Amino acid sequence: MATTEAAPALRLREKIDWLQGALMAALLVLLFVFVLYPVARVLWVALADENSRFTLIHFQNFFLRPLFREALWNSLWSGFLVVIFGSFLAVPLAYVIARYDFRGKVLLQTLATLPLVVPPFVGAVAFQQILGRSGAVNLLLMRWFDFSIPFMDGLTGVVLVQTLHFFPFIMLNTAVSLSNIDASLEEMAQSMGCHGLRLFRRVTLPLMLPGFIAGSLLTFIRAIDDLGTPLMLNYKNLLAPQAYLRITTIGIDDVDGYVICVVLVFLSLASLLAARKYLGLAEYATVQGGRDASRRIAGKKLFFVLLFSALALAAALLPHAGIFLLSLSKVWSYSVLPTKFTLDNYTEILFRVPHFIKNTLLYAGLAAGFDVILGAAIAFLLLRSRLWGRNLLDALATLPLAVPGVVLAVGYIRVFHGWDFPGVGKPLTSTWFVLVIVYAARRLPYTVRACYAALQQVHVSLEESAQNLGANRLRTFLRVTLPLIGGGLVAGGLIAFVTSCVELSSTIMLVTRIEYGPISYGIYIYMQSPLGRAAGAALGVVAIVMVGIGTYLTHRIFGARAGSAFRV
Amino acid sequence: MKRWSLLSSMFALCLTASSLHAKEVVIVTSFPKELFENYKKAFESRYPGTTVVINSKQTNAGVTYLRETKAKPEADIFWVSAPDAFQTLKNDGLLEKYAPPKEILAKIPAKIGNFPIHDADGTYFGFAISGYGLMWNKNYLSANKLAAPREWTDLASAKYYGHLVISAPSRSGTTHLTIETILQAYGWEKGWNLLLNAGGNMGAITERSFGVPEAVISGQYGIGVVIDFFGLSAIASGQPVDFVYPSLTSVVPASVAIVKGAPNMEGAKTFVNYLLSEPGQMLLFSPDIARLPVMPDLYAKGPANYPNPFKTKMGGVDFNDQLASGRRDIVNSLYDHVITFRHKELKDAWAAIYKAEEAAAKSKAPKINDEARSLVAEARKLAAQAPMDEKKASDKEIVKGFQGKSGLKAQMETEWENAARANYAKAKELADKAAGLAK
Repeated sequence: MATTEAAPALRLREKIDWLQGALMAALLVLLFVFVLYPVARVLWVALADENSRFTLIHFQNFFLRPLFREALWNSLWSGFLVVIFGSFLAVPLAYVIARYDFRGKVLLQTLATLPLVVPPFVGAVAFQQILGRSGAVNLLLMRWFDFSIPFMDGLTGVVLVQTLHFFPFIMLNTAVSLSNIDASLEEMAQSMGCHGLRLFRRVTLPLMLPGFIAGSLLTFIRAIDDLGTPLMLNYKNLLAPQAYLRITTIGIDDVDGYVICVVLVFLSLASLLAARKYLGLAEYATVQGGRDASRRIAGKKLFFVLLFSALALAAALLPHAGIFLLSLSKVWSYSVLPTKFTLDNYTEILFRVPHFIKNTLLYAGLAAGFDVILGAAIAFLLLRSRLWGRNLLDALATLPLAVPGVVLAVGYIRVFHGWDFPGVGKPLTSTWFVLVIVYAARRLPYTVRACYAALQQVHVSLEESAQNLGANRLRTFLRVTLPLIGGGLVAGGLIAFVTSCVELSSTIMLVTRIEYGPISYGIYIYMQSPLGRAAGAALGVVAIVMVGIGTYLTHRIFGARAGSAFRV
Repeated sequence: MKRWSLLSSMFALCLTASSLHAKEVVIVTSFPKELFENYKKAFESRYPGTTVVINSKQTNAGVTYLRETKAKPEADIFWVSAPDAFQTLKNDGLLEKYAPPKEILAKIPAKIGNFPIHDADGTYFGFAISGYGLMWNKNYLSANKLAAPREWTDLASAKYYGHLVISAPSRSGTTHLTIETILQAYGWEKGWNLLLNAGGNMGAITERSFGVPEAVISGQYGIGVVIDFFGLSAIASGQPVDFVYPSLTSVVPASVAIVKGAPNMEGAKTFVNYLLSEPGQMLLFSPDIARLPVMPDLYAKGPANYPNPFKTKMGGVDFNDQLASGRRDIVNSLYDHVITFRHKELKDAWAAIYKAEEAAAKSKAPKINDEARSLVAEARKLAAQAPMDEKKASDKEIVKGFQGKSGLKAQMETEWENAARANYAKAKELADKAAGLAK
């Protein structure tokens, strides 16, 4: 027995090392050129003094400034609050999705993912039109009850908007974790007399905790890096807006902006490493496999479940409703609803300037395609090889999650401008292709995670059996591995596609002519003029619809496993 | 391998093919689409065979873009409102010197008020004039029973507390010029008093200049400090807003410049000539553009009752451009660190002051009244204190140190922050005490 096992294993290892090594090297070079080096070029400013020598004095100064200490504290505190409040919404919804089965469940899953997609600028305007100090809700409150609620004021407003925006991360991760729990564990507990809340507290909660924590940490990172919400609410005493404002002020090279970027990257990476520790525990639940523990519900229970879900989602989808109303409006000024409606905005964006929509489909589609291929390759190397450099590969592939879009964009301009890229005939930054690359780079962490999670559930013995029977590596991959991880691949690709549709911060810096612009750029253009807000909203609606369709298809085809794309 | 190289060469073909247009003029601009689309259409029909390519960026991003791409420029024209952006680029050596034909320049005066229309060294040219003013939302004001404002000083009145909006001067070249106008019109000390008082009345301070008209149009805030064409074009498009030029205001030109080393130098020069000649100038009268031409003779051909900066004395301020650009970075940073980033404390201090003044006005006991009043006056002084010496702001050594990496900037900013925080806290304390007394 021993000999027959040892011989094929040895054969496999020799062949694998050579090709795997080449793949690893190629991926490392790719990530170095398109991720690490541009970022380093920009952030070097934070670590260099006047004579371009390495120094930590800027960091020292950062901690001495009351404004920055305040911003740091505010960012950490608001991130923490977003996780807490987000959990109140997310965990019950996750339980509903993972444990119950009912008609319209896929619709619920789709709607629950939409809060992640709030188009830039118009999302802000819509929020203000609905929840702002002169928004629909407050106008009604003042008319009926003579008071108003400052939803959007200061740090409270930031936490509110971010909670409604990011809670799906927690929900999806927790749902995956819950649905991976082996039903037999809970049945055993029940047979020993443990029921209801006690069952939840003693058995379910600990088992679902890893996924929940992974989702919470991801939410925390997104919240502290979030630029759009604080700028929209004009609250600037947070790290991300301070970095952005300082980096993008003309006339002075403000070192502090770059220092703050490095601090943000550091905080995000630290959170990622902490999340990974808990992810190790999460795999424990998946290896057990197990039956689908969801049960069909109806009647009174279904009614309450739907009521709760409807209320939670109604709050989160208010901005989307606002964007929709705005897209149909001609005049909406200090009134509960628009006073003049029109369909001209849709005529404008669908027929006069359709290139925004076409470009988005092209760029996001290509980026998602590249990300799926790269994500699969990276996940394969991380899980199936024993090469040196795996941790470096993992870190580089995850780094973009922590880097602000403007930093990456400026890095690309610094690295790729001024010389003709081989085979292209002009600098990379003058083409539309650079947008595909930056989207692929920024969304790679999601597909890597999705492919990683999917591949983890495929035991290596399945592949070894195939190779034992004579299939070569490529055939094994195509006939055995790929079908098994297909769900994760598609889910990861769809997430990359969906989040690229509304990417803004890198886009603005890298678009060199309007004809190359995607939807988010189009929204930016329209939002510069008084009549443009409605047309911008129409583009926003198109983006939301595209995302909605994509998400619906994912959940339809791949069920709860689609949530694995958001895992860390 | 073969498939890969075929794919990459296909990509290369696509990318290069897409840029093989006949004669392109690439323009980096921050102007809204109504303006650049109109000009693109008009220019292309006048010069068939030339395509105008627009690269739309905010002013700051546009300057960064030109700096980052200076090794191999891709843009031909830089076209924005703010004179300080042009100054910055000129100092960096990124603009091309050009002398437009004499017949064109002859029709444009050298100055508007005291402000030169073109750059003395011929690196940028004014093509339209803009003034600054106040824009308000009619629905909002009537619902909140507020009168429309007229002057900058109105912004300091208690009744407008929380109803105003402005964009930070560091983020908006045009707002910076408004701030400078106020400082030059009322003097450094009184100017900062007004700015701090108005700052306390601001509901929000936005980070992009279009945030202000957006907030006013949507009715989020009642009154905003804006550049004229935002107000005028909003009115023209049927929004329930109105606009006024205060009597002490500054009119400055919006300009166009040719980028140094532009790929299509001929096309760029033609475009500049077009902008400065009659057909280009007439476009400015369109209601969705709503700007003021630099050719005085043209106003006779324009719409009736159109504001004419050459006739009506829209000025009133002898604007000193040198002074403004010299201390620009310091003024912007100062505003940010004592107003923008400390906005909550400033608002609270002024709320307390207004409350105390109201209480003092109502109280009957005269002695307590006096004491309360003196406390409030002291609070007012603290909450409106000019945070820095005027001479220092223009001192060449300090300015240079501020712009460099020496750490002087961080030091000065920390000083301002700490002083501001202390002042506003003390002001609030005094005002609360006064309110307590006057009960």
